Amino acid sequence: MAEFGRSIRALVAVRLKEFFREPEAVFWTYGFPIVLALGLGIAFRDKPVEQVTVGLAEWAAPAEVAAAALAGDSTFLVSRYRDSSAAAHALRTGKVALVVIPRGAAEYAYRFDDTRPEAAVARLRVDDLLQRAAGRQDPAPVREEIVRERGSRYIDFLLPGLVALNLMGSGVWGTGFSIVDARRRKLLKRLLATPMSRAEYLASFPLAQLLLLVVEVGTILAFGVLAFDVPVRGSLVALGIVCGFGSLTFGALGLLAAARPTTIEGASGLMNLMLMPMWVLSGVFFSSARFPELVQPVIQALPLTVLVDALRLIMLEGASLAGVTGQLAVMAAWLVVGFVVALRIFRWQ
Amino acid sequence: MTPALRLTGLHKAYKDIRAVDGLDLEVRPGECFGLLGPNGAGKTTTIEICEGLLTPDEGVVELLGLRWKTDRAALRERIGVSLQETQFSDKLTVLETVRLFRSFYAAGEEPGAVLERVQLTEKARARVGQLSGGQKQRLAVACALVGTPELLFLDEPTTGLDPQSRRQLWDLVEGFRAQGRTVILTTHYMEEAERLCDRVAVVDRGKVIALGTPRELIASIGADQVIELVLSDGAPGLSPTWTGIPGVLGAARVDAVITLRVAQLHATLPGVLAAIERDRIGIEELRTHAPTLEDVFVSLTGRHLRDG
Repeated sequence: MAEFGRSIRALVAVRLKEFFREPEAVFWTYGFPIVLALGLGIAFRDKPVEQVTVGLAEWAAPAEVAAAALAGDSTFLVSRYRDSSAAAHALRTGKVALVVIPRGAAEYAYRFDDTRPEAAVARLRVDDLLQRAAGRQDPAPVREEIVRERGSRYIDFLLPGLVALNLMGSGVWGTGFSIVDARRRKLLKRLLATPMSRAEYLASFPLAQLLLLVVEVGTILAFGVLAFDVPVRGSLVALGIVCGFGSLTFGALGLLAAARPTTIEGASGLMNLMLMPMWVLSGVFFSSARFPELVQPVIQALPLTVLVDALRLIMLEGASLAGVTGQLAVMAAWLVVGFVVALRIFRWQ
Repeated sequence: MTPALRLTGLHKAYKDIRAVDGLDLEVRPGECFGLLGPNGAGKTTTIEICEGLLTPDEGVVELLGLRWKTDRAALRERIGVSLQETQFSDKLTVLETVRLFRSFYAAGEEPGAVLERVQLTEKARARVGQLSGGQKQRLAVACALVGTPELLFLDEPTTGLDPQSRRQLWDLVEGFRAQGRTVILTTHYMEEAERLCDRVAVVDRGKVIALGTPRELIASIGADQVIELVLSDGAPGLSPTWTGIPGVLGAARVDAVITLRVAQLHATLPGVLAAIERDRIGIEELRTHAPTLEDVFVSLTGRHLRDG
């Protein structure tokens, strides 16, 4: 037996070197999630309250009254037209959402397409303003409270999902490909002919992933916090432990996927088979609650689902480790089963 | 003295192919021993059984007096292995690769010193992916040497190498052997076996069909010279008259080449030429050479080593 720990340190160091010397792997692990988060963050960013353009026909006195009434609300932009046919043309071409046609003093016609949502909203608000201008008194007093809170935006929902997705990707692909590649090169067989411990060899993969995850998760989190002000309400230690658990779990699943195949293609197929359902079902991009009740037990048992849940609980709701024990237990079960079965069926040559 | 390797009654079958079919061998400490045979003779299966990578269906394997079943960990520390066609990770450097292998052994040589021995010091910082075939093979030997083995196994160490790389590897093996350690190698190159090996076992169809020093084996066919006649297309087969010619000890035909083992070339050749003339045998070429292990194999099996 070699000096204790020397082989495993050498093996982990080799894993890290192999990873960082593969520029493509580095991009897909670090660059891609950031590009994805940036794209989705921009697509779903909080928009300022949208202005609706309302057409106002004719220049007679009633139109002036209406114009004054609508000018009081910043949600409307008023375009004025010489007559109703010019205004109707603007409506048809989508330049305005609604046309107000004055019909004598304090009498109006609204022309709009009721299938356009913004037109229906405009109709209600325009009517409200005009009725009040005409002297309506509202019987019930109301007060508006506007909430635009950090933590409830789409990017806040998305970022923990991307962290989890990344841990899954690097755990399964990273581990799986290296092992199948070593088997294809007959390197596994060569290593067997040395005093190297098999357990140390297999353990070097999840251990290297564990070290890589500090950079990996750190990059995505830092990006989320700096670019989108995504909250991290729970402790970083708890977050780190959950990420570590996730990384080990997916590392074990990677070992499992790579336990038998002798070609990259074969392993690739198996890994896709393993990962695809989780991509779709585990609630990374939209809540998994949208799937029917019947499949919920399956979804809730998937390792990605519980990892995403645990990360969201910690980041968005400030949960402690005690608050995610259920999720950790499910991951631990996958970790143990994955590792044990992988060791059992592993093909060394 | 405990033999370096002892194989008794070794059998190994894959489905219905008997790769190793009752093989016995004994290798003495400090010798360079060669398993010579064509592709598919069972050499690799035999050597991988010795290396503990395959388990025999039947038979006993003893290395340095130890057995795989009971002394696996100790044996792994004491033998060095170079397999046929291992590809090391392209992304690591030569030195990193040797260091990794060094980390597996309790005792061993300093990686830098091993690289010097295999003449790869200049390439220490080069990625494995950039090495030539010969350099890769020397790296494989370096990884086998780094644990300072008492017993070194080399499976087809020079297959596919250019002559210069082959000679460099031979020097390496001779250097190791000169330290009094044991080498067991497989090859289908007779020059390699003749140059490197103290003793050679000729293997065919999973059995040892001849055993001895290269000199003994060559002497065993009892011929001073070998005449090869390359027949023209459509020339008749083995003429029964060949062995009747005075001085011809034996004749064999492989494809279009007739091989005659002869006692004294100058006395025999006129008779051979007369027979060719008399029987109107179309001859493309006539060659003679001193007998080699190749001729031993041909005389034993009627086939060439390269036939596979």
